[in-house]
Amino acid sequence: MLIAERKPMEEILEMIEDFERILVLGCKGCVTVCCAGGPREVKTLSTLIRMDRKQKGRKVITLEDSTELQCEPESIKPVLEKMANQYDVVLSMACGAGVQAVAKLFPDQLVLPSLNTNFTGIAEEHGVWTEACLACGDCILGRTAGICPVTRCAKSLLNGPCGGASEGKCEVSKDQPCAWQEIYHALKRLNMLHYLKQKPQVKDWPVHPGRVVREDLREVEAT
Amino acid sequence: MNFRESLESGKFLVTAEVGPGKGTDVEHLLKDADIIKDRVDAVNVTDLQSSVMRLGSMAFSHLLTDMGIDPIFQMTGRDRNRLALQSDLLSAWVLGIRNVLALTGDHPTMGDHPHAKPVFDLDSVSLLEMIGKLNSGYDMAGNELKGAPDFLAGAVVNPGADTEAALELQIIKMKKKIAAGAKFFQTQAVYDIDLFEKFIRRVEGLKVPIIGGVILLKSAGMARFMNKNVAGVFVPMPLIKEMTDTKDKVKKSIEIAASIVKRLKDLCQGVHIMALGWEKMIPAVLDQADI
Amino acid sequence: MDNFEPLIAVFSCHYCSYAAADLAGSLRIQYPPNIRIIKVPCTGRVSVNHILMAIESGSDGVYVAGCLKGTCHFIRGNYKAEKRVQYVRDLLSEINIEPERVQMYFMSAAEGNKFAEVAREMTEAVKKMGPSPLNKSSS
Ligand code: SF4
Ligand code: SF4
Repeated sequence: MLIAERKPMEEILEMIEDFERILVLGCKGCVTVCCAGGPREVKTLSTLIRMDRKQKGRKVITLEDSTELQCEPESIKPVLEKMANQYDVVLSMACGAGVQAVAKLFPDQLVLPSLNTNFTGIAEEHGVWTEACLACGDCILGRTAGICPVTRCAKSLLNGPCGGASEGKCEVSKDQPCAWQEIYHALKRLNMLHYLKQKPQVKDWPVHPGRVVREDLREVEAT
Repeated sequence: MNFRESLESGKFLVTAEVGPGKGTDVEHLLKDADIIKDRVDAVNVTDLQSSVMRLGSMAFSHLLTDMGIDPIFQMTGRDRNRLALQSDLLSAWVLGIRNVLALTGDHPTMGDHPHAKPVFDLDSVSLLEMIGKLNSGYDMAGNELKGAPDFLAGAVVNPGADTEAALELQIIKMKKKIAAGAKFFQTQAVYDIDLFEKFIRRVEGLKVPIIGGVILLKSAGMARFMNKNVAGVFVPMPLIKEMTDTKDKVKKSIEIAASIVKRLKDLCQGVHIMALGWEKMIPAVLDQADI
Repeated sequence: MDNFEPLIAVFSCHYCSYAAADLAGSLRIQYPPNIRIIKVPCTGRVSVNHILMAIESGSDGVYVAGCLKGTCHFIRGNYKAEKRVQYVRDLLSEINIEPERVQMYFMSAAEGNKFAEVAREMTEAVKKMGPSPLNKSSS
């Protein structure tokens, strides 16, 4: 899932400075699971905005709602249309894709981000997430015992570790295990150490922005 | 004899290392190089060592060729993508540089521009493969070159890897580097000779010249610092104590280095002396080690 | 300002501080009338939004009163509450409201005295801080 964090209040408040009617729009997808932008966080942020304005003696109306998945047009439309003309600005609590989906669907509507989208990751424990996939477009997890060196090795090395690890930790951080040593242990456990001896790989990096086309799913023109 | 000839002759090799500094001042480095000129087979020039922004390796390697020293041009994958790496190698060749040491490189977070974008488009292994391709007259994309280089490529290995996984992975990677064209290996600094010997026994079947690393200990503090911060370097307690107890640090430092060099003579094919500014002492180390 | 009487919301756990309040009552221990007790089944039930709502709707201070550490009926409820209180304090600082307006206390069901003492301590502290900035600007 996508992992995100709320922006500092100062930054959010500055963005909405000129507006009085604010739709705080959460998303019930990833950001609900990582407790950054679900209905609960919408309520928290709206309350903070109202309290800030009250201190400053300035008016504000906060509308609170959440889409099922803000990256899906079908799920944005009904929510925004239901409240059409009741707000001046949409303060999205979705990931960057969600914010952009709203902006694309409502090109005349200003949409602001209230989260910083960090990465695609997994929960280590409740409240701790780590990056797991860089969406490189050519998954090699089958050769690395389910541990991604592209993402979890700080240098995205494909042919084995650098010499920088110390006591099993990556040279960039004592909190981070060396991905290659983890791969080694996992392959050993699975009796697949020979996977490490494959011929050297060079990664062909994808061109951004990516685009996936599935002809079988596209609209058909009746002729 | 240039470095390739020395390597092929099978003689005991001596290499040293210079690290260009931050800025354009190269006078003292050239002076240091001049002192060791007649005692070494080649001099490595580091590539933004420890990810600190400095004068480049290619330019300084070229200055060494002008002095009649055969440089080993160190090249990391940290800062350049495959376009720049290949182009720089061609440039190095026309500047008279003949030897390359292929390294992955430290992460930018280790240096003085910690938020620089890390590149690592190629790592040490794919860098070696690419050098082989250039040598054969083609670039990585398979396009033919008009005029090909003929580099002697080497790599590094860290015999002091501190966990079982790290050591096994080092050896697997070492084999990949050999398959990719590494003709010699230079190692991280060796202090624990018994540990190094164990490593040598594991890899002697690979039949590739290994040049053991020696760092001149300048003080006990430096030894402790390396133990804490430099992966794969471990200075045993007795050596630290010798450094603490001595009245003449320089003399002691030379003595320790010379005794390491002496023992390495029986274990591997050469020594790589990293003097870190104490280049003046290298001749004395070699004299004491009977080289 | 001298006659400012703060309004303080107390999230009080059924198993400890609520019982302690009861005990204080039966023992006729005096405590300030400024506090308003909201009984919860466990302080672990008190969410970030509950505390914020209390502030927004006019409380000058809020505290959560849970069981002594290690004695929560639901094992970790009071520890969770403590972290959430800290989180709310951070949020309040972000919008320039004194974090000290929100506190966490621990007490047992037998500590009627402590309940009264905490109520006095909190009332005094909030009195010193003055009305919540939200209450100031609206008047
Ligand atoms: S290799 Fe890593 S980055 Fe690429 S798709 Fe698989 S998990 Fe994602
Ligand atoms: S220490 Fe391990 S994880 Fe870190 S950069 Fe080196 S190989 Fe990658």
